[in-house]
Amino acid sequence: MKEMLGTKGLILNEPLLWERGKKGRIGFSLPRRDVESAPTDKDIEGEGPNFPDLSEVEVIRHFTRLSQWNFGVDTGMYPLGSCTMKYNPKTNERQAALPGFAGASPLLPASLCQGTLKLIYETERFLAEITGMDAVSVQPAAGAHGELAGMLIFYAYHKSLCKPRSKILIPDTAHGTNPASASLCSFKSVPVKSDERGVLSPETVASLMDEDTAGIMVTNPNTLGLFEENIRKVAEIVHSKGGLVYCDGANMNALMGIADMNAMGVDVLHLNLHKTFSTPHGGGGPGAGPVCVKKHLEAFLPVPRVIEKEGKYLLSEDFPQSVGKLHAFYGNFGVIIKAYSYILSMGHYLKKASQLAVLNANYIKEKLKGTFHLPFDRPCMHECVFSDKFQEPDRITTLDIAKRLMDYGFHPPTIYFPLVVHGSVMIEPTETECKENLDLFIETMKAIAQEAKENPELLREAPKTPKVRRMDETAAARHPCLAG
Amino acid sequence: MKELSQLNLPDDVRYTTEHEWGRQEGDKVRAGVSDYAQDQLGEIVFVELPQIGETFGKGEEFGTLESVKAVSELFMPVGGEIIAVNDKLKESPELVNQDPYQGGWMIEIRPDDPAELDTLMKKDAYLDMLGGQG
Repeated sequence: MKEMLGTKGLILNEPLLWERGKKGRIGFSLPRRDVESAPTDKDIEGEGPNFPDLSEVEVIRHFTRLSQWNFGVDTGMYPLGSCTMKYNPKTNERQAALPGFAGASPLLPASLCQGTLKLIYETERFLAEITGMDAVSVQPAAGAHGELAGMLIFYAYHKSLCKPRSKILIPDTAHGTNPASASLCSFKSVPVKSDERGVLSPETVASLMDEDTAGIMVTNPNTLGLFEENIRKVAEIVHSKGGLVYCDGANMNALMGIADMNAMGVDVLHLNLHKTFSTPHGGGGPGAGPVCVKKHLEAFLPVPRVIEKEGKYLLSEDFPQSVGKLHAFYGNFGVIIKAYSYILSMGHYLKKASQLAVLNANYIKEKLKGTFHLPFDRPCMHECVFSDKFQEPDRITTLDIAKRLMDYGFHPPTIYFPLVVHGSVMIEPTETECKENLDLFIETMKAIAQEAKENPELLREAPKTPKVRRMDETAAARHPCLAG
Repeated sequence: MKELSQLNLPDDVRYTTEHEWGRQEGDKVRAGVSDYAQDQLGEIVFVELPQIGETFGKGEEFGTLESVKAVSELFMPVGGEIIAVNDKLKESPELVNQDPYQGGWMIEIRPDDPAELDTLMKKDAYLDMLGGQG
């Protein structure tokens, strides 16, 4: 390795805001009152919240210092599996900040916000085109919210047939939020074991699917990074018993413009704009989890919906079978602008992005498979899953490897998920990383495997270079301190 | 993590394939998880146990065990009624790690079929199974 990416820099300590400042210090001045004063309701008067008294420079330094302890995709490679931490192009921010968008009130009448309605309408059409689905609502606020929307649609569909169902099939390689979303709609989760190749077997699904089962929630590609190649057979089995197929589209970054979800037999799909469509993710702002459906479920989509009538865009609540409203106004509009910006910027290169994401993951998989145990040795999609089995004799665990990566200047991958692989390490490089970065990551992982044999203490004590060393997760879970 | 030879596997309990243990104590069965299970899971941070009076069949889920790594289900070693739960685990889940067969017990069961416990594995069979898992 030429030069290690990780280093030590001058990073400053910073106390909590509550431990800073002095009584009476202030960071802004209120504008002069230009209206008559009016009395407030006595019921809402009282002591204000206990905010610290701070000057502007104290606040700026506070957050600047904290940001320097942090690591984001703008800092370096962030291969967090199933999270698609791809680079967020800055043009997205620029478009979302255009005064006409940023300043638009959600209370504007439709006649005064045709542009914003058109953007929502077109984003929904684009997402339908990219996925192969028929109708879309961008209202859900995030992935699990999109799942909830999907399960509410399942529920409403079966109810509309006067045949409510009580169970739902969930494979062991699905995302962990799936059973929670199903439970909220009073479905009982029935786990489905994947086969020895890490995918669903139609026989297993057939043995569990019955007429009291609302359908199946599949993540495709699944959390092993493998494509559910029997999905059409599985869908046929589920449909033949009157059930519906839900696809968790969190891993859509492998499939943009390549797989047609409709042809796969998927009835409902959610997307994560903050993963696949390059809007900020993980503390960078709110998300958006559009729900996409086939034609026969369109009537159940959340309201209001943006519709087009004679060249004009309107918000309509006139969908009597709708599952209702899921979010204030029309979802996280600022996020939708950024995804729209990304889709228009990329055009047909969206397909290329998915192809490169898959190529990058396979490159890492092939280069590291002798060094780390690869439980499913076959072509993967946009992420690959290793385990710590080869490091076990040296008493080195996945956690130690992840922590040591931080010393080298990489964000750790997802660890101990999926649960079907013991001690799993799930790596998703995304299309963002160029070959040099991938090679540096691979070289680093190999160096860490070598250290595990020769100097395991280096790993057990890692990370040494970040501002905050290895944290006591057990104490944090057993005795959480939640005070500000 | 421990080598197989380092595991504490007492003779006075029976083991399930899912790593629970059950011990006959008079006409009731006390249950918890094995030393292997606690060692694999790592530091336990939360134990969710059933209500007294609930009944479950053999192999049914009676609670969950949460470590810093993952959440695992707990399964009944024998079917029957829950007649006691170890309330100490609420405040001190670490007892499962420190003392899995005594202080870290989880539930007491009034078994439907007193013979059911005998169908579970003895220490040697359990150790063989663990060896097979490699």
